[in-house]
Amino acid sequence: MSAVDRSAPAHEIRERFGFWKRSYAMLIKEFIQLRRDRVSFAMIVMLPVMQLLLFGYAINTTPHNLPSAVLLQEDSDLARSVLKAMENTAYFRFIYEVHDVDDFDNLLKSGKVLFGVEIPRGFERAVRRGDKPALLVAADATDPVAASAALGSLGMLVQTALAHDLYIGNPPEMPFEIRAHARYNPAANSSLNIVPGLVGTILTMTMLIFTALSVTREVERGTMEALLSMPIKPVEVMFGKIIPYVLVGFIQAFLIIGIGVLLFSVPLFGNVLLLALLSTLFIATNLSIGYTISTLVLNQLQAMQMSMMFFLPSILLSGFMFPFAGMPVWAQYVGECLPLTHYLRIVRAIMLKGATMQNLRYDTLALAALMLVAMTIAVTRFRRTLD
Amino acid sequence: MNAGNDIAIDVKGLTKSFGGREVVHDLSMQVKRGSIYGFLGPNGSGKTTTIRILCGLLTPDSGEGTCLGYDILKDADKIKRQVGYMTQRFSLYQDLSVRENLEFVARLYGLTDARGAARDMINRLGLSGREEQLAGELSGGWKQRLALGACTLPSPKLLLLDEPTAGVDPKARRDFWNEIHALAAEGLTVLVSTHYMDEAERCHEIAYIAYGHLLTRGTVEEVIAGSALTTYTVTGEDLNDLTGALTGKPGVDMVAPFGTSLHVSGRDVAALEASIAPWRDKSGLHWHKSAPSLEDVFIELMGRSKDNFQG
Repeated sequence: MSAVDRSAPAHEIRERFGFWKRSYAMLIKEFIQLRRDRVSFAMIVMLPVMQLLLFGYAINTTPHNLPSAVLLQEDSDLARSVLKAMENTAYFRFIYEVHDVDDFDNLLKSGKVLFGVEIPRGFERAVRRGDKPALLVAADATDPVAASAALGSLGMLVQTALAHDLYIGNPPEMPFEIRAHARYNPAANSSLNIVPGLVGTILTMTMLIFTALSVTREVERGTMEALLSMPIKPVEVMFGKIIPYVLVGFIQAFLIIGIGVLLFSVPLFGNVLLLALLSTLFIATNLSIGYTISTLVLNQLQAMQMSMMFFLPSILLSGFMFPFAGMPVWAQYVGECLPLTHYLRIVRAIMLKGATMQNLRYDTLALAALMLVAMTIAVTRFRRTLD
Repeated sequence: MNAGNDIAIDVKGLTKSFGGREVVHDLSMQVKRGSIYGFLGPNGSGKTTTIRILCGLLTPDSGEGTCLGYDILKDADKIKRQVGYMTQRFSLYQDLSVRENLEFVARLYGLTDARGAARDMINRLGLSGREEQLAGELSGGWKQRLALGACTLPSPKLLLLDEPTAGVDPKARRDFWNEIHALAAEGLTVLVSTHYMDEAERCHEIAYIAYGHLLTRGTVEEVIAGSALTTYTVTGEDLNDLTGALTGKPGVDMVAPFGTSLHVSGRDVAALEASIAPWRDKSGLHWHKSAPSLEDVFIELMGRSKDNFQG
């Protein structure tokens, strides 16, 4: 052990092909490192697979079976035929039947249905008399893409509805008309849909990354060891790390909404305070999820990668880029687990529809529940020791 | 268990493994209150792991004990309040200033006047005028002083210092040790790990650990006396050849070059002297018998423990 063994002959160094040898050395090293980095490796496989599956199976730009409500003021055979015909187009799926106008409006406002059909009192009699009554179809046009195809199908509807109704026959003239009303966004202006959506998307991305890096950064810089040796509890670390960014997120939301209102003339019909309150909840939820990520990963690169893995489905399955109602049921369930889904409903409903807390109870509760779940995981996962 | 008031650390049978590799094996130690206890051993010998177990950062696989009278397994939170732990790697926030770092620590421990406490510490450390400098921009020596200041800020009863002077110049090291002695004089117990023999000699008591096993402990004199090592110092020419010739000979446990001289040591005096006899009268070589240095003792311990525990 006292001296280095010098018995081996010195190795020769040759300058030929130096460029290739050095490049090769680098290449070998990169491959070894890549193989050891499990998360990067997972990312290489998961990202394309996830994208393909989501775009292939979950995303549908001409959505069918859209949730609809009917305000039934007359329960006649003709009314039933019309509703049946609408369902037969495969665009509409009636999940609510109400008899009160307020209930009808609230269903649309809260986003529980995308369409509402109003069958007026005395509809069948008016048709028989040849009065050509109007059948009102109200569409939630905050997402113009989701509504347009379904609205387009209404033109042919009168004939098909009557073809099956032998009682009235097949008259040469239209016995009634269907009047479509695109609520909240009559001009189908896409910026009205996109700007509120961007508030949620941008907040998701920035908030996640801020806190996803916070714990790993302390571990990487070596400050975590000192922090753990001091009398501070995991919950205290978490609150201390989350609260400053709530303010950051709030400023961000204020900026985006301000620009949207001033430059893109996006209306803000609802209560500003309610929007601020629920935005704060959404910001805190994302920060908690980011923080949870940072307790699960080993370094900052992994934290970024995991944030990406969370961000991607958030954009695709939340209803930001593609209509939520058009997705298959399993994808909708996944979407319900993403905070962005709920916030998009909230922010669109408050800004464009003037919704109140009453309309948004479900989404608010969902956000709060997601936040609590994330915080619980984070606090239990936070390593109090270096074991 | 002996919870006597004059014992700060009292642990028995600590064992800790990482991934099937035993890093600390059946380690027992007692540290008196107000003493400076030196913790020595080669890299990877389990010093850091032991220190981390003592301050609750790691849970031992087995073993028990108390730290400041608190159970190391159950009362980690109480221990943390009264222990200052200085990590091997600089662990203050590099992007915070000297003052901000100290105020952070003061607030975390709940000092009533965090600003005042930080200001007093800045003065004590001699960092006045530099309090707004970022901690990351300080020189190595100042970083260590600041880290020590941060540890002592909440008035702990026990300091755990993990190689506090690694990579620090001799002057800063001496200042650092003067500070440690001053703190011990105030009644603080200090457990300090180090590689430097001169630092080991400044401790009241030392323990030597290798491959997770505590090999020897006591005062410096006790450790040297306990080694029963005989050392010959050789000066002269062609010492490299002599090193090769003596290594592995019966009775020669260790051959170590020291500048222009060579230390040849062994536990079995008769065998050692028999082995070196052919070279004793060689011209150009000067032999004399000397007391082993602490370093000789440790290197010999290390070589022996390697044979015992590493197969």
